[in-house]
Amino acid sequence: MSARTATLKAGTHVLLAMGGVIMLLPFLWMVGTSLEQGGFANYAEAWSKVPFGRYFLNTLLVTVLTVGGSLVTTALAAYSFGTMRYPGRDTLFLLFLSTMMVPQPVYLAPSYVILSKLGWIDTYMALIVPWTANVFSIFLLRQHFRTIPRSLYEAAILDGCSRFKFLWKVALPLSKSVIVTIILFNVIGSWNSFMWPLVVTHSEELRVLQVGLSYFNQEQTTNYQLLMAASTFCTMPLLLLFVAAQKRIVSSYARSGIK
Amino acid sequence: MRLRDRLGPYLYIVPALIIVLSFRTIPIISSFLASFTEYDIGGFHGFVGFGNYARMLSDGRFWQSVLNTVFFVLGVVPASIILPLLLAILLRGRLAGKTVYRTIYFLPVVTSAVAISVVWSWLFNPEAGPINRMLGLFGIEPLLWLREPTGVVEMLLGPLGVHPPGILAGPSLALVALMIVSIWKSIGYNTVLFLAGLENIPNTYYEASRLDGAGWWGTFRHITWPLLSPTTYYVLIMSTIVSFQTFALVYVMTPPPGGGPLGTTNVIVFYLFRKAFDRFDIGYASAISVFLFAVLLSLTLLQRRLAGRRVHY
Repeated sequence: MSARTATLKAGTHVLLAMGGVIMLLPFLWMVGTSLEQGGFANYAEAWSKVPFGRYFLNTLLVTVLTVGGSLVTTALAAYSFGTMRYPGRDTLFLLFLSTMMVPQPVYLAPSYVILSKLGWIDTYMALIVPWTANVFSIFLLRQHFRTIPRSLYEAAILDGCSRFKFLWKVALPLSKSVIVTIILFNVIGSWNSFMWPLVVTHSEELRVLQVGLSYFNQEQTTNYQLLMAASTFCTMPLLLLFVAAQKRIVSSYARSGIK
Repeated sequence: MRLRDRLGPYLYIVPALIIVLSFRTIPIISSFLASFTEYDIGGFHGFVGFGNYARMLSDGRFWQSVLNTVFFVLGVVPASIILPLLLAILLRGRLAGKTVYRTIYFLPVVTSAVAISVVWSWLFNPEAGPINRMLGLFGIEPLLWLREPTGVVEMLLGPLGVHPPGILAGPSLALVALMIVSIWKSIGYNTVLFLAGLENIPNTYYEASRLDGAGWWGTFRHITWPLLSPTTYYVLIMSTIVSFQTFALVYVMTPPPGGGPLGTTNVIVFYLFRKAFDRFDIGYASAISVFLFAVLLSLTLLQRRLAGRRVHY
């Protein structure tokens, strides 16, 4: 029995390790190729060939402002949907939820028309403002706010605590874990978003990292050392974040699937 | 004071509501309306009824994109369920190095699709790419991968003198290459979902099954599979929806204008993107969007009907 268990264990590890190697190989090749013929000089060359520094700052700015902005709108809306009672609440919430059923490509063209009517095409406004609210985040936080006992809320209000103070002093501190999940999701989503910035910006100064990398790929078709160096420094920040917070991130994704 | 009390709850929603209405609800409704109009670079030219939909019916490139998307979904979804399910079963329970494995499998999930596409374009490079070099070690001739328009069934059967006609030639090798990358990228996420599902199954079931002398397959068939069905169902729907919308991989690995060799990686969202933003044919692109949405919605409803009875909650 124990010999059989040991064999099973060993077999499991062999299979998992083989799969792991397949998962890792593209990353290893990315770094390996980036260091061929010139070593770290490839990184310097890729970095200076196009304004990657600018792209980084753009991505950073967009990520910080969209994550920050959507956190504010999410906290307020989720608080209202999750703890207060008033006519029309469920209809409004359904209106929000219904937008989650429609994938982004479906409304991309009209979004472009609306942004151009606003004069926002090729501006930071187009990159940031539409993403300062996130229905999925509102949904997650609302679910959590609903678990806060109603009696706690009512007692606080009766004691003269204002609604906003209850949100700030009680509801949000009780939801730290969900908020971290929301931040992680939004940071990853914002950092990696591609189709939207590709569509709503044209000038080089407004390129975010993913769009810049995609253009760099088209320009340097076969210069693989430079392309791999650029891919490495474009992915590194998120990979480091992931390794640092992998437990958090993985369990957030795992919970996102449970309805 | 009373009025403020009654208005309060609504005021909290206002910031999110403005954004959701302006950049989700209104564009979504506009998409439906625009699909019945002629709207292009010259502006709005009036309603054309079902004109755009009629145009879709006779647009060969559009149907090619539908076929390519169907190939893509049929290739990616089953593998994105079977492989992660196997991995989750292997990873289940207490296992040394579990976190390390999970981290490695999850890496592609958090990596940007653009960077992944740039890297895999190099791996698939026909002249010096690592994949062809590795295949060379086994005496396999270099393949064109992302530049190969020939169907994979044709490639397999061609040397035997069998030449399957039309659709039967299968997806092009270029499209299959994109499928491989897509599966590789999604394995980690689905594995984590399955692991969460597995860990919700009480251990007592497994103990009972062991006491009854059930083998590996019997345990899987009668305990794991039925009790995991809500997760499997969720993964099935999500994978279908996500792979129907593939864009970045196609855009970066088989760059515009074509959509791959002879248009064989031209998928629906890529085609829609090209119509909307290269041609600025907003009316027609909107009709394609509505088609895409209708397909996704009916697939979800169909899967719910078909699987609904077999899902054990």
